[in-house]
Amino acid sequence: MEVLESGIKELIQPFDMDEFREWNRIRKSRKLVDKLMTEQEAISKFVYDDCYIGTELYGTVRCPMSLTREVIRQGKKDLRVCGQGVLELDLWLAAGIVKKLDITYIGLEVYGVPSGLRRAVESGQVESCVEWSNASISWRMKAAAMGVPFLPTRSMLGTDMLKYSAAKVVVDPFTGIKVALLPALILDVALIHVHRADRYGNCQVEGISGFALEMSRACKRLIISAEEIIPTEEVRKYPDRTVIPYFLVDAVVHAPFGSYPGEMAYLYGRDEDGIKEWVEMSKTIEGARAYLDKYVFSVKNHDEYLKLIGEERLQQAIGLRERRE
Amino acid sequence: MIDQTYSKTELMICVAARLFEDGATCFIGTGIPMLAAMLAAKTTAPNLVPVFEFGGTGAILEELPRAVGEARTFHKGISALGICDTMETAQRGFIDYGFLGGAQIDPFGNLNSVTIGDHEHPKARLPGSGGGNDVGSHCWQTIAIMQHDARRFVPKVDFLTTPGFLSGPGAREAAGLPPGTGPIAVVSTLALMDFHPASCRMRLKGLHPGITVEEVIVNTGFELLMPEQVAMNEPPSEEELHLLRTEIDPMRFYI
Repeated sequence: MEVLESGIKELIQPFDMDEFREWNRIRKSRKLVDKLMTEQEAISKFVYDDCYIGTELYGTVRCPMSLTREVIRQGKKDLRVCGQGVLELDLWLAAGIVKKLDITYIGLEVYGVPSGLRRAVESGQVESCVEWSNASISWRMKAAAMGVPFLPTRSMLGTDMLKYSAAKVVVDPFTGIKVALLPALILDVALIHVHRADRYGNCQVEGISGFALEMSRACKRLIISAEEIIPTEEVRKYPDRTVIPYFLVDAVVHAPFGSYPGEMAYLYGRDEDGIKEWVEMSKTIEGARAYLDKYVFSVKNHDEYLKLIGEERLQQAIGLRERRE
Repeated sequence: MIDQTYSKTELMICVAARLFEDGATCFIGTGIPMLAAMLAAKTTAPNLVPVFEFGGTGAILEELPRAVGEARTFHKGISALGICDTMETAQRGFIDYGFLGGAQIDPFGNLNSVTIGDHEHPKARLPGSGGGNDVGSHCWQTIAIMQHDARRFVPKVDFLTTPGFLSGPGAREAAGLPPGTGPIAVVSTLALMDFHPASCRMRLKGLHPGITVEEVIVNTGFELLMPEQVAMNEPPSEEELHLLRTEIDPMRFYI
């Protein structure tokens, strides 16, 4: 197949499908072992400097915020990051721990362009931004999940997105149309927050699944945080609810309000003031540092974080939840 | 009695809302497109099928989504699936319209939401494509909603994020984008624009109340084509303003 055009940016996470198969054969246990541990244990065990890491869904929705804060707390650095996010990735950018980005969207949605992203990229602290559309990054994970080296798409064509990506354009040998080939993305570590999981890592989510199915199948290590730890009988009673089976999972962390100040469908709504606090404080370097001091470094763990937030605000968030009616 | 004086943003939202076709599937981007979709759903397009990129389809838009994945994007919806499903639905031709925003737009309707200035050394880093590029690639027809000034309406976007007509007639097809797709309208704070069918260049269609052709020209950084007759857009109705202020954006995120 002749390559008509190639993106000029590097593949910041090179991959080998056969090696991934071997990894899945040897390094991922099929045994039902208890994987329940704390945030500290999970992050120190599986996240390492310079690893390629991603978070799902994003910073205001079903996001592993407690794990995200723990990554900063432990001083992990030089991360290569799969960049689809809101608060979580802006916190990482402001903390100065991101080296390279496969960026799709890092924004504050209604509050616009995030200051952490702007400072980190405009100052050159982030060495490389490789551009992908939202669908493209998800399909890259889908390719890895399928165990194939690329997927063709009609996204990205004709634009600077293709040019500043690592995709390639070819002519489809079956029908003759031009397609962009998206290279598979195999993450070293993925962080996903779910509604319920058992101790082995069988996971259930409510509401949209975002890209949890793709990411959970496209990573070497998967850390799950869950609002609730449920008995395995509950999993076996409703097997149709399992979106992530246990053998994909390396760690299970019990994290009630794990997505706060973001929301968790049907459990709690988002805390608008909590989100605005970051929007305002992150406008200056000093403000961002003060925020991180207050909410990350001056609390030892997620329990202490929740105490700092206080029962009243958590109850308010529950009151704002989406209801099934 | 509602205050009938309205802002440019309120007017823009109303003009955009009237473009939604009842019963059509519409991909809704973050921000102003969400307000326009809600207003349309509450007025002229009650059977609108909103599609949000992270998986929400067919939501009843009772409260303004502040993010494209929050529960409001599948509130009383038809389905709550995932991003691959919605994007694949668009790629196989099921999504009629896409409503988009951006930081810059050019005469061919190309949008930029990645960087101002050079990509490798940007003056300003913007959030990135998000689903913008996908929506502009796969939806049958796209509509952009933008603030209107010469910094945003530029001869050439600094970074071509979301494809409009690219470099002109035939360019989308030549690049491999699905035939028969492309931008059909731009709604700004000053006017409604469409695209000349032969040249694919942006053309003035209708002026907002109180706005002159000269004002639009001064605030456009490229030569805007002129129609034989310039239409006048209707001001917001009392009902539209009431809905916008009391039901759609009571927290005043945007208006």
